[in-house]
Formats: sequence, structure tokens, C-alpha cells
Amino acid sequence: MTKDHNPNVEWDVIVVGAGPAGSSAAISAARLGLSVCLIERGRAPGSKNLFGGVVYPAILSELIPNFLEDAPIERAISRRVTMAIDGNRSTSLVVDNPNWVDEIPNGFTVKRSLFDSWLADQAVKEGATLLNATTVTSLDRSLAKNAKTLVYTDRGDIPLSAKVVIAADGANSFIAKEAGLFSELSSHHYTLGVKRVIELDETTINERFNQPDSLQGTDIEILGCTMGISGGGFLYTNRSSISIGVVLSLDSFSKSKVRSEEILSGLCNHPSIKDLIKGGTDLEYGAHLIPEAGKKGWPELYSDGLLIAGDSGFMCLAAGIWLEGVNYAIASGDLAGRASAQAIRKGDVTKEGLSIYKRQIDESFVGKNHSRFQSAPELVMSPIVQNKMPKLACDIFDELFKVRDPLPKVGIPKAIFSAIKANKISKKELIQLGIRGFRSFK
Amino acid sequence: MTPDNSPKIVFNRPKTTVAPKKNDQIIVDDVLENVNFRISSKAHIVLNSTICEGCSDRRCLIACPASLFVETSNGSMIFNYENCFECGTCYLVCNQEGAITWNYPTGGYGVDFLHS
Repeated sequence: MTKDHNPNVEWDVIVVGAGPAGSSAAISAARLGLSVCLIERGRAPGSKNLFGGVVYPAILSELIPNFLEDAPIERAISRRVTMAIDGNRSTSLVVDNPNWVDEIPNGFTVKRSLFDSWLADQAVKEGATLLNATTVTSLDRSLAKNAKTLVYTDRGDIPLSAKVVIAADGANSFIAKEAGLFSELSSHHYTLGVKRVIELDETTINERFNQPDSLQGTDIEILGCTMGISGGGFLYTNRSSISIGVVLSLDSFSKSKVRSEEILSGLCNHPSIKDLIKGGTDLEYGAHLIPEAGKKGWPELYSDGLLIAGDSGFMCLAAGIWLEGVNYAIASGDLAGRASAQAIRKGDVTKEGLSIYKRQIDESFVGKNHSRFQSAPELVMSPIVQNKMPKLACDIFDELFKVRDPLPKVGIPKAIFSAIKANKISKKELIQLGIRGFRSFK
Repeated sequence: MTPDNSPKIVFNRPKTTVAPKKNDQIIVDDVLENVNFRISSKAHIVLNSTICEGCSDRRCLIACPASLFVETSNGSMIFNYENCFECGTCYLVCNQEGAITWNYPTGGYGVDFLHS
């Protein structure tokens, strides 16, 4: 019998899931001297993970200051495009900022199979034991208050045992659900991300996206490309591939009778997108849930002998202009690892003893940003933003840039107001939107 | 000025004398060929055929991003677990209590993303 599965070994912490949250939890718990077992159901970390993707590494650099030395980065984002699509038209806001790739990049694309494996390796270097290809089937929490939670896996009948279990088991949150930590759960708390990875050579990508070299990359966020279903689209450049996908509100999508690949095909064939991906070969295709409800979807984050981190705690921030998740996973995992150490040191891993985790989450940017923008996800997915804004944006700029000689120009305010009127947006709606927008994003 | 002599420049958008090139549509069966799966002998998702037969909504048919739910000619439902992304969409959109028993595959099996 290996040490890992020896029932006599009692781990301080068992982390379920070696994604960014789980591996970060394992890193900080191991650093604080705890014995840590990190359990991953995939063949290797990252093999079950799929994201848009950009990692915003400011918080990663606090956890692993020298991450740039060996983290498997595809491209650092220096061009960020926000695009509104209507029919065959589009209107974009383009931000080119090469300074974003200086020193610590603002954001970079990764392939999760490489990045998540790399992060789990850092946990192993800190002393954590990584168990790959092991699915956790259930927990026995009857002795959780007494610092003994049993973790059953599909590798034999003998459970593992830990003082604290950190559930970082991803968007489906089965552990938190089984523990009864969600007060309400329904499909409207989730979006479905469907993504296609298209291979293209580096130089072609550099040319098409106006990038000086293969280190810099582009992030395009798109509204109005989801055939009337609440959601959006994205395109990211990797080193020698492009990730393109759509994100669909599960509620709106499941009632729509439209298939996800039709929506993604529509985006891939849009005149503003088509030539960016042409000639490429399909490398991979996949889908993943995103817990996009924001703080309104959060479960209880702690219980006797149990902490919830990352996607399983609904920590994605999907607030329109900010689409972040990995950074919140890393931060919450790190805090969960630290809180475990504190609670174990004090000899109290009950709900009370572990409540420090929630306090630390609330005091960190994770809690602050999620509280501050808790209404934003709903606003972004609302019918007026989804169905009227992309067309309005295109109409306004169409009106402004179209020369209508011999008719005289109408001036900017009139162009805007007539576009608003033509889109049947009432003053009342506009004011409500303004107030909601201000409240959601202030 | 004699208009007849002035050269005429006309921007002609080619009118549809040639049929527009058919757009590329994603065919799920084709793109699934590019995805790596380590297929377990055991299905991780099981349908309750009685409940599914009585369901008229069948949201899973359209919602599954890998198109793995199939209606057979006699009206029953089949799920092809081999090419599952393990996303969870089906059990979330399903409105029939107990129709879908959803588990993760045995450790090491199932979808194995390399580039996502």
C-alpha cells in the first residue's frame, strides 16, 4: 500500500481538485508546514479544465513571485478589443497598450493543461502530495467537528482522512452541494462556455492581429453575437492557435431551441471575425460551465472541516468589462490554505474555527470586488443590454460616420438621440439603465 | 463641361451572379474527432428511460454541446457517454426529477483537454 492511500496517514489538509484554486490552496497550506494531499480526477491537472482564456497574474505574482521564469505563458495581452456586433456590422473599442506586457503582464493566455499542471507542480515542490486520476466520490463528515473528515475516492474502498478538506472541485460544486451549502441553485446561475481552438502559425497570428512578436496577444470580447440568447463571445490568441467561443446563459439558451455550435458558427462566419481565423485547422473543441452569478450565487464558503474555493464557490467575476476567474480562484485557494493552517494550529476546525476564511475573503479583493459588482452580472445579461445595446452602438456610429450629402449633418447629440429613438428605447428605460449601470459599476 | 466625356468610376459591388460561398458550419461530430477521450468501460451518466420517455421537453437534445443525447426511432432516449465534455449542462437544464444520474467518470478517464 502506498503512503498516499494508507488509512493510517492522517492528512492535515486534503484538497479536492488541482485547478488554480486547489493548487494555490495546496501551495500555501504546505508552505505553512501542513501535510497536504491534492486530489485531481483528471489524468493530470488541467486535463478537465477549459476556459476563455486569460489569466490576470497580479495575485499569482504574490503567491509565486518568480512565476515568469517557468510558467507556461502563451501570449501576454497587449490589445484588448470590445466589440458590439449587429448583423454584418460591428463597432469596436480597441485598446492597444504594449506597456501591459512589461515586467509582470496585466493578463496572459494559457492552455490549461500546461498551466494547471505547472501550478500543481509548484504545490508538489512545496511538499504537497499530488494524486492524479482519482475521483472523490463522497465525504464522511460525521466526525468533521473533531478534525476527522473521511474522503472516499474511486481508488479502493478505504477513505483518506484529513483535518480540513478544501473543496476546489470546480463549477459543478458537488462537494458544496452535498454538504448543503447552497441555499438556492438553478440553471440561471450558470453560463455555458463553448470553445473552439484553431491552429494557425505564429507569424500569421502576429500579422493578422497587428502584433509585433509572438509574445504579445489579443483579447476580443464580443456582445451581440449569440442569436438573441443572453451571453457573449470571445477570441483570444495563443502562441500558435486561436481560442474562439461563445458564452451562453444556461436559462436563456435551454429555452431557445438553438444549438450552441450554430451560435459559435455564426460568430466564426461574421465578417469582422472570419478573416482572423481563416485557413486555420481545428485543434480542439469543448465546453465548460461558468458559475457567473457573482456573489448572489455564492454558497456558504465554510462548514465543519470544510472550505470552498474557486469556481465551486462561484468566484468568477463576470461583470461585463471584467471577465475574470483564475485570479479569484488563486486568491481564494491561497486564503483557504492559510485559514486551514490557522484553524489547525488553534485546534479548532469547526465551522466557528474556520470562519476566519470567510472574513479573510471579505477583506480581500475577492470579497470586495464581488460585493461591489454583485448586480453587474445580472445587468450585463439583461434584455436591454443584450438585445438593444449592440445594435444601438452600431447605429450611432453608422449615423455619425455616414456622409449624407446633400442632406446637412445633424450633429452628434441628435445622431445619438435619433438612434436611441429608432431602437425604441424609451427615456424611462434609458434612465433606468443609467441608474442601474451607475449602481452596478460604481 | 460635357458629362459624356468624363470618365465614369463606378464602384460595383459584385451582385449575386455567383452563389455566395457557403459558410463554414461547425459539425459537432467532426470537431469531436479532435478531442482526446480516455473511454471508461463504465458510463458516468445514466438516464432513467421511464422518466425520459415521458418527457416532452427534452432540452438535453439541443443543449448538450457535444450532441450526445439521441432519440431512437421508438421514442426512447440514449446518451453516448464516450464523448462527454463533463460540463454538467444536461442535468442543469433537465426539468425531470431523477431522469439523469450524473457522476464524474472514474479518475483518469473521460475528456482529456490538451489545448483549452
